[in-house]
Amino acid sequence: MKVSVVSAGFFTSVQDLGRVGFRQSGISVGGALDPHAMRVANALIGNEDNAAGLEATMGNLRLRFEDQRIVAWCGGAFTVRIGRADLPPGHAGLVAQGEELMLSAPKTGSRAWLAISGGIDVPSVLGSRSTDFRGNFGGHQGRTLRDGDTLPLGESSVSPGRVAEMFGDRKIAEWTALSSWITTAQRARFLRVLPAPDWSLFTPEAQAALISQPFTVMLDSDRMGARLDGPDLERADASDLLSEAVAPGTLQVPPNGKPILLLGDCQTVGGYPKIAQVITVDLSIAAQLWPGDQVRFHEISLGEAQFLVREREEDFARFRVGLSLHKS
Amino acid sequence: MRIEPLGDSALIVRVEDEFRAETSLNAVLAALRSLERAAIPGVIELAPAYTTIGVFFDPARIEPAGPDDSPFETLGTKIQSILDASAFEKRSEIEPPLHEIPVCYHGEFAFDLAEVAQRAGLTEAEVVRRYGEAVYRVTCVGFTPGFPYLSGLPAELATPRRVTPRKEIAAGSVAIGGAQTGIYSVKSPGGWNVIGRTPLRLFDMQRERPALLRTGDTVRFRGISREEFESLAR
Repeated sequence: MKVSVVSAGFFTSVQDLGRVGFRQSGISVGGALDPHAMRVANALIGNEDNAAGLEATMGNLRLRFEDQRIVAWCGGAFTVRIGRADLPPGHAGLVAQGEELMLSAPKTGSRAWLAISGGIDVPSVLGSRSTDFRGNFGGHQGRTLRDGDTLPLGESSVSPGRVAEMFGDRKIAEWTALSSWITTAQRARFLRVLPAPDWSLFTPEAQAALISQPFTVMLDSDRMGARLDGPDLERADASDLLSEAVAPGTLQVPPNGKPILLLGDCQTVGGYPKIAQVITVDLSIAAQLWPGDQVRFHEISLGEAQFLVREREEDFARFRVGLSLHKS
Repeated sequence: MRIEPLGDSALIVRVEDEFRAETSLNAVLAALRSLERAAIPGVIELAPAYTTIGVFFDPARIEPAGPDDSPFETLGTKIQSILDASAFEKRSEIEPPLHEIPVCYHGEFAFDLAEVAQRAGLTEAEVVRRYGEAVYRVTCVGFTPGFPYLSGLPAELATPRRVTPRKEIAAGSVAIGGAQTGIYSVKSPGGWNVIGRTPLRLFDMQRERPALLRTGDTVRFRGISREEFESLAR
């Protein structure tokens, strides 16, 4: 009922779909930076959407399993092996008792989400098993994993008889999900945006630059936000603003004119002007950004953005139904 | 009142046009309570600050009212009508809780008290006296979990943020940043001028509501000795 961390890799943490309902206490939602990838990985192996898994940044993760488990992952262009077998993204794989899983450094992209049947059974703190790095709580002792850590796993909901039905004599299951859901780093780094409440405070040049010029992700980027270098986004009016709600996907612009794209661990409120907001379905692409990457922004309408969320929810519901048919 | 989208899954309700400590916060609190009571399906959570309320929602769970409506329009109309209907409630009925925060201004905790005093042209004792006489209100909670931004700082005590932020400030540090004051809720980096420390835990996940203070709450500071700090900290 445990998994050992042989090698913790660069920056690996326990995450679920996030901690919702505590913004009034200043607690970020956090969770998997691409919550959709995490729930797709969970769905592929029969977990609940919100089961806790691992978010591995830049890979080099090695795990040893104490008992037989089913695993699946989604995210950047990583190579994952169970023993000597390749586990492609978006496929369920069977890990035997005592076997090792190895997740290499990625060719492109930066993060992967690994789901393990039964989920990682760390205590739920304020309704979530996610690691909160601003308050250092939740997850595994409120921190990133280290070599030699041991993580408790939940009771796997898949019986041994079911495993035999699902895998036969194979190690990797055949069924999979939409490729745009499971290999997010291979999509073009175009982020679709909506104008945010402070859009009109910027000069027409800044507005035009945002949607026509490329931006480069800078070194001091993390789970709170990706700092971007590119044309200076100047304001037409430099009055001070009152802090108000921000969200993952908010593009805020500090006085130096270099935008910061907020990600899952962002503060709950911010006082920098918000020029634009990345649409929800493109947060999957934003979560793969890494220093040196180029990114472009493209404006769409609110109606389209909301349609895309609704469409993805409908597709995900159908995907879940399809999976349950596979397994019966 | 205006309602503006923040992307496809959030919106901002601008309850007031301008921030005026007492009236704005009471108006925001009244609106917050109305929206909490309404428990609109599809709304995930509410985040008040200064003059606004951030409303986070799931656009897939909000059924558009008409064929040409977006979830944003449908939800915006709904929020507008809830707040219009509750506008008649007396805002004077809002009586936010008053918290008395014990603060020790001992030199060991008050790294920047001398700097604040010098800028204000006052003695340190006079800064402490004026700081303790004022009544503050929590304008929002953020920065770190449970960190309260407070309005109500006497104007003469306003001190610009430090040019180089400190790498680590202890939890409980009471500090001045520009015209605002606040309390570091967890150990974190920070650029505000630290003038004392409270033994109270501003953020404690063991509590049902982890943040001690909420937006709109009223705060006063009470000076305590080093001994009292130790006994309260236990």
